[in-house]
Amino acid sequence: MFVKYSKDHEWVRIEGDTAVVGISNYAQEQLGEIVFVELPDVGKKLKKGDQAAVIESVKAASEVYTPVPGEVSEVNGKLDSTPAKINTDATGEGWLFKVALSDPGELDEMMDEGDYKAYVEGLG
Amino acid sequence: MTDQKPEPVKETPLYAFHREKGAKMVPFAGYEMPLQYPGGIIAEHLHTREHASLFDVSHMGQAHLLGDDAAAALESLVPGDLQGLAEDRTHYTVLTNERGGIIDDLMVTNRGSCLFLVVNAACKEGDFAHIQNYIAARAELEILEDRALIALQGPAAAAVLSRFDPRAGDMKFMTADTFRIGGASCFVTRSGYTGEDGYEISVAAGDAEGLVRLLNDEPEVMLAGLGSRDSLRLEAGLCLYGADIDVSTTPIEAGLSWVVNKRRRQNGGFLGSDVILGQLKNGVSRKRVGIRPDGKAPARAHTAIEATAGNTIGGVTSGSYGPSVEGPVAMGYVETGFAAPATPVNLIVRGKALPGRVVKLPFVERRYFNA
Repeated sequence: MFVKYSKDHEWVRIEGDTAVVGISNYAQEQLGEIVFVELPDVGKKLKKGDQAAVIESVKAASEVYTPVPGEVSEVNGKLDSTPAKINTDATGEGWLFKVALSDPGELDEMMDEGDYKAYVEGLG
Repeated sequence: MTDQKPEPVKETPLYAFHREKGAKMVPFAGYEMPLQYPGGIIAEHLHTREHASLFDVSHMGQAHLLGDDAAAALESLVPGDLQGLAEDRTHYTVLTNERGGIIDDLMVTNRGSCLFLVVNAACKEGDFAHIQNYIAARAELEILEDRALIALQGPAAAAVLSRFDPRAGDMKFMTADTFRIGGASCFVTRSGYTGEDGYEISVAAGDAEGLVRLLNDEPEVMLAGLGSRDSLRLEAGLCLYGADIDVSTTPIEAGLSWVVNKRRRQNGGFLGSDVILGQLKNGVSRKRVGIRPDGKAPARAHTAIEATAGNTIGGVTSGSYGPSVEGPVAMGYVETGFAAPATPVNLIVRGKALPGRVVKLPFVERRYFNA
C-alpha cells in the first residue's frame, strides 16, 4: 500500500486495482471547517483532471479534480452526515471516492509523501 | 490586470496581537484581518451565541461630524431622523444616492458635541468624500484615523463589561456612554451586528491591545474573526454591504423601509427621496428575502433563484452554512410575487436545481437588550 500526492493536494492510495482518493491534511487546513461534500455518482467515468467532487467549507466551495482516471466504484457516504471527517482524518476516514484503476502508470508523475511534504513547505 | 501598483495592505492596531493568537489572516477591504483563530469559525460562532466574543472591527471608518447644523445637514444624505436623535442615542441608517441606491449603511450616535459615525471599511473613503462633497459648507467632518473599534458580542457581554463599569449593564440597546476600562477612555455603544446583545467600543489605537487583552482574560470571552462575524450576521438577517445591499438596491427593496423615518416620509429631502418615497407608496418589483435550501448544500452569493416553473426570479446575495441553524441559510432578492414566506423555489447550484423555500428573516431571533 502506498500513497501519492498531486500538486492540487489530492492523495491517492492504491488498494489492489482500486485507487482511493481524498484531499491532503494541508488542503483541509486551508479550507477550514467542512460542512458539505458533493460526491460523484457511482459508475461515472472520470478522465484525469475531471471535476469529481465539491467540498464546501463555511466560507467557500472548492472543487476536487481527480488525479487518476477511472470509473467511480464507491463513494464515502458517511461524509453526507459527517463531512467534518475530512478535517479530523483527511487521509483516513475522510476519503472521498474510489475508482477502478485502469492504468497504474498514471501515478508515476505524482509525488510520494516526502516530496509532497517538501512541496507544501515550499508553498510557505 | 493593470500595471498599477497594488495598494499596500493596511493593518489594524491589533495586527501583532492577532498573529500572536494564531489567527488566519486574510485581506479584507484593504486590511489584513483575522478570518478566524485556531478554534475555527463554527466554534467562534457558537461561542458568541452562548457566551461572548471579541471582534476587531478597527478597519471600519470612524468620524465626527461637527457643527450646530450637523444633524440637519446629514439628513440631506440619509432617510433617518437625526434631528430627533437624543443625546447618547445610536441610530442605524443608510447613505443614499440620487437614484435611491444605497452608498453604505452606517451607525450614527449623537454625542452631544457632535455626531459619531461608523461606516464600512470598504466604503469609508467614498463615504467621507461624499459627505464632504455635499455638506462641507454646513458641517465639519473629522475623520478619526487613530482609533480602534472593538466589538464585544454575546449574551455574556453585559456581565463582562459591568465588571469594569457597572453602568455598562444598565445601558439600553442603541445607547452610548463613555467610561474607563483598565485606564483607557472608551466610547461605548450598546450595539453590534451579530444579532446578540453586545457593545462596540471605540478606543485610542494605542490603548486597543491592552483593552483587548484585559477583556480576553475574562472567562466568558474568546476571540472571533470575520468568518464568524459573517455567519452570525447572516443568521440574524442583517445585510452585508456590497453583497445584500449596494448602489443598485434601495432600502425599500432591501426590506429596510423602517430606516425611512416618519417625518422624512412626509417631507423627503434626502438624496433619492423621490424614488424611495415613490417605492413606499407604489411598492417594489423585487424584495430581499431569507431562503432555506431543503438539502445540505449551501447556496452561495450569485446563485440563480428559479420559480418551480423554471423561470429565473432572482439571485442569492449571501449564502453559507449557519452554525446555529445547523444547515444552509441564504438571503437574496426575488420578484415580489415570490417573496411570501413558504414560497417554494429552486436554487441553481452547479447546474442542478436544488429545492428550497422563502422564509421569514431572521433565521435566529435577535436578542438585543431593551429592558
